[in-house]
Amino acid sequence: MNLLAVKSIYKAEMARFFRTIGQSFISPVISTSLYFVVFGAAIGSRIQEVEGVPYGAFIVPGLIMLSVIMQSISNASFGIYFPKFIGTIFELLSAPVNFLEIVLGFVGAAATKALFIGLVILGTAALFVDLTIQHPVAMIAFLVLTCLTFSLMGFIIGIWAKNFEQLQLVPLLIVTPLVFLGGSFYSVTMLPPFWQTVTMFNPVLYLISGFRWAFFGVSDVSIGISLGAIAVFFVICLTIVWWIFKTGWRLRD
Amino acid sequence: MAAILQIRDLKKTYEGGFEALKGITLDIEAGEIIALLGPNGAGKTTLISTICGITEPTSGSATVGGHDIQQEFRKARSMIGLVPQEINLEPFSVVEDNLHYSRGLFGKPRDEALVERILKRLSLWDKRRSRVRELSGGMKRRVLIAKALAHEPRVLFLDEPTAGVDVGLRKDMWETVAQLKSEGVTIILTTHYIEEAEAMADRVGVILKGQILMVEPTQDLMRRFGRKELRIELRAPLDALPAQLSDYDIELADEGQTLVYSYDTHADRTGIAGLMRSLNEAGIVLRDVQTRQSSLEEIFVDLVSEGSTEEEATA
Repeated sequence: MNLLAVKSIYKAEMARFFRTIGQSFISPVISTSLYFVVFGAAIGSRIQEVEGVPYGAFIVPGLIMLSVIMQSISNASFGIYFPKFIGTIFELLSAPVNFLEIVLGFVGAAATKALFIGLVILGTAALFVDLTIQHPVAMIAFLVLTCLTFSLMGFIIGIWAKNFEQLQLVPLLIVTPLVFLGGSFYSVTMLPPFWQTVTMFNPVLYLISGFRWAFFGVSDVSIGISLGAIAVFFVICLTIVWWIFKTGWRLRD
Repeated sequence: MAAILQIRDLKKTYEGGFEALKGITLDIEAGEIIALLGPNGAGKTTLISTICGITEPTSGSATVGGHDIQQEFRKARSMIGLVPQEINLEPFSVVEDNLHYSRGLFGKPRDEALVERILKRLSLWDKRRSRVRELSGGMKRRVLIAKALAHEPRVLFLDEPTAGVDVGLRKDMWETVAQLKSEGVTIILTTHYIEEAEAMADRVGVILKGQILMVEPTQDLMRRFGRKELRIELRAPLDALPAQLSDYDIELADEGQTLVYSYDTHADRTGIAGLMRSLNEAGIVLRDVQTRQSSLEEIFVDLVSEGSTEEEATA
C-alpha cells in the first residue's frame, strides 16, 4: 500500500479546498439561512409539527443531507475531472499507485470537505432552532457514510464526464430530484399512498430517514433498512470504481 | 552495459482500429541518451505512454530495470520519470508543492534538500513559492522536468522537452540533461528540434507509422548520411555552368547568383581546392562563401521519405 501517495493526493485536494475556504464556509451558511427563512419561517408557521417534531427542527437533517450529498458529488466529481480536463491525470496514471490508493485520496478529501460543510450547516441551524441529537454517534456515522458514498458516486461521475455540462448533468437531473423527493422537507407519510410506494424506490429516502432518526428518534423506515440501503449503495459505487480502474474506462486509452 | 529498458514486440491498436504501434522491439542501455525521431503521429508519444502506464498495450511486453510494466507496475514505474509533451500543470498550485506532491505519489518521503537542489538546478529556486499560472512557458516546462525528477528516477522520458523554450533556456536544459546522464540517468527523448538530438543523443531511433525504422549511434548516422554543402555567392549571375565546372557535383541556384557544391566530408579529398582553381580559370568572381553540414533533420526527412516509399512499394 502506497500510503504516502494517498496522503499526497488527499493533501493536494484539501489544499484546493483551503484556497477557497471563505466561499466554502459562507456559501452553506447563507443557503441554510435562506432555507430557514423560506421553509422554517414562512411555511413552518403554517405547519406546527411533523411526527411530533417542530417543523423548523424537522427539516434540519434533510437540509444537511441535501447539502452534504450535493457537496460530496460536486467535490469528488470536480476533483477527478479537473486533472482529466487540464491533463495532470497523466501523473496519477504513471505513478506507482493502484485504484484503491487513488480513490482513498480523492474520495477521502471530497468526503472530508462535505463533512465540514455538513457540520457548518448543523451549526448554522442550531442558531435558528432548538436542536437535540438523540443518537449523536449514529448521526456522525450516517453523515460520514453518506459523505463517502456520494463522494464515490461523484468520483464515478467525474471519470464518466467528458465535459463540464456532463459534470453537472447527473447532480441536476437525477440527484436534486431524488433528494427533494426523498423527504428532505416532509415526512413520506404526508404523501398519498401511491406516491408513498413510489418514494420507497428512492434510495435517498433511506438516508434522510435514518439521519432523521439519529436526531429525533423518528423515521419513515426502520433504521436497519436505512443502514442496509446505504451500505448496498456504497458497495455498488465501490464496485463500479474498481471496474473503472481495472478496465481503464475513460482513463486509459 | 545491461539494457535498462527492454521493449519486445509492443503493439497498440486503439479503439476504432488505428494501429499506433506495430510491434516495437528496442533495447535501451543504462545511462545512455536516446532520441526518438519521427513525424507527427508516428507513435513516439504512444510508445512513451504505453511504457509509463498511461496507455494499455494491446500485446507485447516491456521491462524497466527487469520489472514488467504490467505485472510489476509499482517497481517499474518507480524507476521512471515522465515529462509530457503538453504543459500539464495545475495553474493555481505552488511550484515547490508540486514537487513534494510528485515525490509523495511515488511513495517517497518529503525531502526539502532534494527539492531545493532540483529547483536550483533548473533555475526555479526564486520561483518556489510562485503559483504555476504566474510562470512563463519556459518556466512551466522546467517545473514539469523538476516534477519528473522529484522521485529520483533512473529512466527519464522527455517528450519534446524544449518545445516553446527560447534558445538560452534550451541550452540550459541540454546541460541539465547532460548532467543527469553523468549521474547515470537513462534518458529517452522525443524532439522536433533535430539539432537537439544531434547535440545530446548517443543514439537516434527513427519511428515511422508505428515501427522502428532504424536505431543508430548518432555519429554513425551523421557519418553515413551526412553531406556538406559549399555555397558560393557570385558577384555576377551566370546563365549556365561553364565547361570548366562540368566535372564537379555543382548546381546553379538563386537565379544564377549562387553555386552550390555538395561533397562528402569523410572522403579523402573534398575537391574544394580544385574547384576554387577552376572558378578562377573560368574568370568567375566570388562575393561570399559559406559551408553547411546537412543536418540530422535532412537525414531524417530522407529516411522517412525512403521508408514511406518502401512501404508503398511493398503494399
